[in-house]
Amino acid sequence: MKNIKSILLMIFSSIFLSANIASAATTLSMWYHGAGNQTEKDLLMQIVNDFNNSQSDYAVEVQDFPQESYNDSVTAAALAGNLPDIIDVDGPIMPNWAWSGYLAPLSISQDVLDKMLPGAIGSWNGEVYSVGLWDAACAIYARKSDLEENGIRIPTLDNPWTKSEFDNILATLDSTGKYDYVFDVGMAWTGEWYAYAFGPMMQSFGGDLFDTSNGKADGMINGDAAIEFGEWWQSLMNNGYAPGTSQDGGDRETGFLDGKYALQLNGNWAAVPAIEQLGDDMLFLPSVDFGNGPKIGAASWQFGVSKSSKNQEGANAFIEFMLQDQYLAAFSDGIGLIPPTAQSAAMSEKYRPGGPLEVFFELSEAQATLRAVTPGYVVASKEFEKAIADISNGADVADALDAAADAIDADVAKNNGY
Amino acid sequence: MDNLKVSISRQLMRYVLLSWIALIFIFPLIFMIVSSLKPDLQLLRDSSSFRAFLPVGDISFNNYIEAFDRAPIFLFIGNSIFITATTIILSMFACSLAAFSFVFLEWKGKGVILSIILSTLIVPFEAIAIPLLLIVNFLPWVSVDGISIGWLNSYQVQIIPFIADAITIYLFVQYFKDLPKELVEAAHVDGASWFRIYSKIILPLSGPIFATAAILKFLAMYNNQFLWPIMVAQEEQFRPVMVGLLYFFQLNVAWGEVMAYLSIITIPVLAFYISMQKAFVASVANTGIKG
Amino acid sequence: MGNNKLFKSQQRTGWLMAAPATLLIFFFLVLPFLMAFGFSLTNQRIFSPNPTEFVGLHNFKNMLSVHFLTVEAEKDETGAFKLDNNGNYQFPKTRKFTRNNPDYPHLNKTREWMKFDVGKTKKFYVLARDLIFMKALTITILFVLITAPLQAGIALLLAMLINQPLRGINIYRTIYFMPVVISMVVVSVLWKFIYDGENGLLNALLHFFSVGYFEPVDWLGQTDTALGAIIAMSIWQGVGFHMIIWLAGLQTIPVDHYEVARLEGANKWQTFSNVTWPGLRNTAILVMVIITMQAFTLFPQVAVMTRGGPLDSTQSLVFQMVERGYGKQDIAGGSTISVFLFLFVLSISLFQRYITREKIHG
Repeated sequence: MKNIKSILLMIFSSIFLSANIASAATTLSMWYHGAGNQTEKDLLMQIVNDFNNSQSDYAVEVQDFPQESYNDSVTAAALAGNLPDIIDVDGPIMPNWAWSGYLAPLSISQDVLDKMLPGAIGSWNGEVYSVGLWDAACAIYARKSDLEENGIRIPTLDNPWTKSEFDNILATLDSTGKYDYVFDVGMAWTGEWYAYAFGPMMQSFGGDLFDTSNGKADGMINGDAAIEFGEWWQSLMNNGYAPGTSQDGGDRETGFLDGKYALQLNGNWAAVPAIEQLGDDMLFLPSVDFGNGPKIGAASWQFGVSKSSKNQEGANAFIEFMLQDQYLAAFSDGIGLIPPTAQSAAMSEKYRPGGPLEVFFELSEAQATLRAVTPGYVVASKEFEKAIADISNGADVADALDAAADAIDADVAKNNGY
Repeated sequence: MDNLKVSISRQLMRYVLLSWIALIFIFPLIFMIVSSLKPDLQLLRDSSSFRAFLPVGDISFNNYIEAFDRAPIFLFIGNSIFITATTIILSMFACSLAAFSFVFLEWKGKGVILSIILSTLIVPFEAIAIPLLLIVNFLPWVSVDGISIGWLNSYQVQIIPFIADAITIYLFVQYFKDLPKELVEAAHVDGASWFRIYSKIILPLSGPIFATAAILKFLAMYNNQFLWPIMVAQEEQFRPVMVGLLYFFQLNVAWGEVMAYLSIITIPVLAFYISMQKAFVASVANTGIKG
Repeated sequence: MGNNKLFKSQQRTGWLMAAPATLLIFFFLVLPFLMAFGFSLTNQRIFSPNPTEFVGLHNFKNMLSVHFLTVEAEKDETGAFKLDNNGNYQFPKTRKFTRNNPDYPHLNKTREWMKFDVGKTKKFYVLARDLIFMKALTITILFVLITAPLQAGIALLLAMLINQPLRGINIYRTIYFMPVVISMVVVSVLWKFIYDGENGLLNALLHFFSVGYFEPVDWLGQTDTALGAIIAMSIWQGVGFHMIIWLAGLQTIPVDHYEVARLEGANKWQTFSNVTWPGLRNTAILVMVIITMQAFTLFPQVAVMTRGGPLDSTQSLVFQMVERGYGKQDIAGGSTISVFLFLFVLSISLFQRYITREKIHG
């Protein structure tokens, strides 16, 4: 009698104990850059809750940061050895963080990766370090009525505007006198926007930040093609076609919709309000072919696992969990960005075939060029930004680009070529 | 009769002049508060005319409600007040004690140490932020949970490095220098200990300078804590007001909410300032005389 | 025997009382700054798989190096000067000398800083290796030279204005002080709105007061107005603080001095220069020292409003320090600037002390 009782006791207690051990979930800490943005936070928390409820090994905890200072916070945390398990990183910065030792290569299944747009995968030096839940694309915003009124052809992906065509278009629109500026490029958005939106235009001229064959900026960012781009850019300012560096932030956001601007270079995150206001009159046009094919920027915020994380397996599991199509579609519906797989695009409200933003998915596929994939990108982007700002303010184009080239190369040299 | 007229019109002119100047000093504040009551589009449009100062149009407290939704404002203000108050109290003691010893006691090395302290006046915080981060990461801390290493994500990391600073010490030194030395000497001859002299004689005479130093410290800790909290207050529960400001600068800046937030966080400062008005002005004045 | 004991007890107590503040300052100010000094002698990055190397004064040399170049007008084959269509002499662009020119290796990658004409046929160039640093240095110095006396002077005038027994004068004193109570960052955000070229409040006000005569100006977007705009705003924010300091100084001047002056028939200017100003000397020293030191650390205004532009017309030393150290992750470069700033301001303040000390003895 006693024996059976004690055996039963042992069995029950061991079941009880093991159940307890299993329910002590490991915490996965995650940092996100969206503090102050309620929609993104809600979407993210939904995924986190689903993940936490779907299994009992790991529980994800999110810490939100304001976007402006996010990179500084991560850098400080890296210095202090205090990085969380999962961090999100802006696509072009990822090589810098990977090189600096913040990130570990991801171990996500290859089939999941294969389905994604190239802009949503962050790889460097042969390894994949980050994946994104969305991609971002740029287009030229225009009103159908404006183009038709002035006899301007509507460009398509296969047949975009050429440089000379575009110059004529700008002159035509300008002569109507109806607009404050005919082409708003968005100089009010200082920071990464310049390299993201204007860099591809320079690439379309044939220039680039780095010469990929030798990793040097000298000769490329201040080469003939880039100088041509710089001078064309300066002419935009001199002719009064585009607002310059002192563009008001408010104007940047409402100027196109208010009719102050004829054309506007903008990303798909601003598409939803545009469609709401202009309906069918709203056109998203592909970028201009300045000689080397039309190009737009790609890659947005992506998620990676920190090198110092003790829970690599769990972190990777969560990231893979996030990549399910229904979540990708949900994010797209909520914030208007491009879902990175064909299936999620088909599920999303805006990007499904026939949807209002469908064209962005195609744009991204066709024209997207990744920003220079190198740890030196951080400095290169800042130097490019300064050069463009100076050129817009009337500096000598060759000198401004020379200065950028020198600074970029000096930085690369200082870091033993990265 | 004529004299009175002249003097009244003179007075009137003085008031007019003073008022014009007052407008110059206060118009941005009025702009900020009035703008916080307007929706974004109207705010931007109004800012190019006199309507910027007038609460007309679509006036409401919507921006304030939205602002509270977007950021945990009370948390941030609470953090800032706690950090500021603690720093001020500890700073007053540590710095006045040191100043007392520099002025009234003779000891080897005091000249060198005072010079080194004063030379730190020239060092901007940004220059030492990263080395400081490396240092605080290795410091131990005792709490209810035992001993831990590293001060990140805490209140102490936002308080302790700022307790002692050259300006506060300099203020106390200059003030103590002008106090009558005979009092101290007499007390010393009577056999009082130095600490007793400090607390019973010097402290009671130092009301004005304490008020000055306190208010200067308040301004520094509440208004200027930007870079450091971004680096060390990684968890939201420790963040102060200035980091909270960044919550409002996403890609589409909600200017109305920004104005609302700025109005809200300026209230504690203005309240503190106005309530300390007399002591403040009298004491800021003192820094001048002792120059 | 008694003396020794006294001395020893003072020694012990002295150290003890000064210890908390001294230790705090040492650990949290002096030590980090020594580390920053150390960084400036290396090529330290914030984070790098490459080991840090000691480079000695290399960073300083790069930052401060300046070269001179004299260029003659272009000559044709006969040795005579070439003239272009307008009859002007032609000069080769500096780019020819500063980019990979084997005859001028020491000039490689320098940039044109200043240009002077020497007669009609020669130009004299000053080239700098770190042009942006030089611009930051000159703009910062310019900022200090303009802001310090202006701010001090305006504060004095305001103090004299406030120093009259009018009813309600306290309210005005409070209002004039209000900008001081607001963070410089907040002030910068507000004034960016006010200075806006198209929708800005300042333009609207000036337009109104000039009955339509005044055309809107892009204050922060033009190289000739940007720095002035920042100076005006900085003075606006800081003048209240110094006004109060002057006020206290004014109130220590005995009233009978003014009586004497009035009896002797002195006019306003004579009263000021013989009674007011001499009584303010100590106050003047304090105000100037504080204003000067604060002005050298010009940063939040530039960071929020202009980011050094347009065309480097509002660069500042601390802004460059932050851009390099944090923005470009080049801690060594940032530290180099902060060490330079420290030594520079230290020598200026020692110089200021030297000058004022002389006067007291003389």
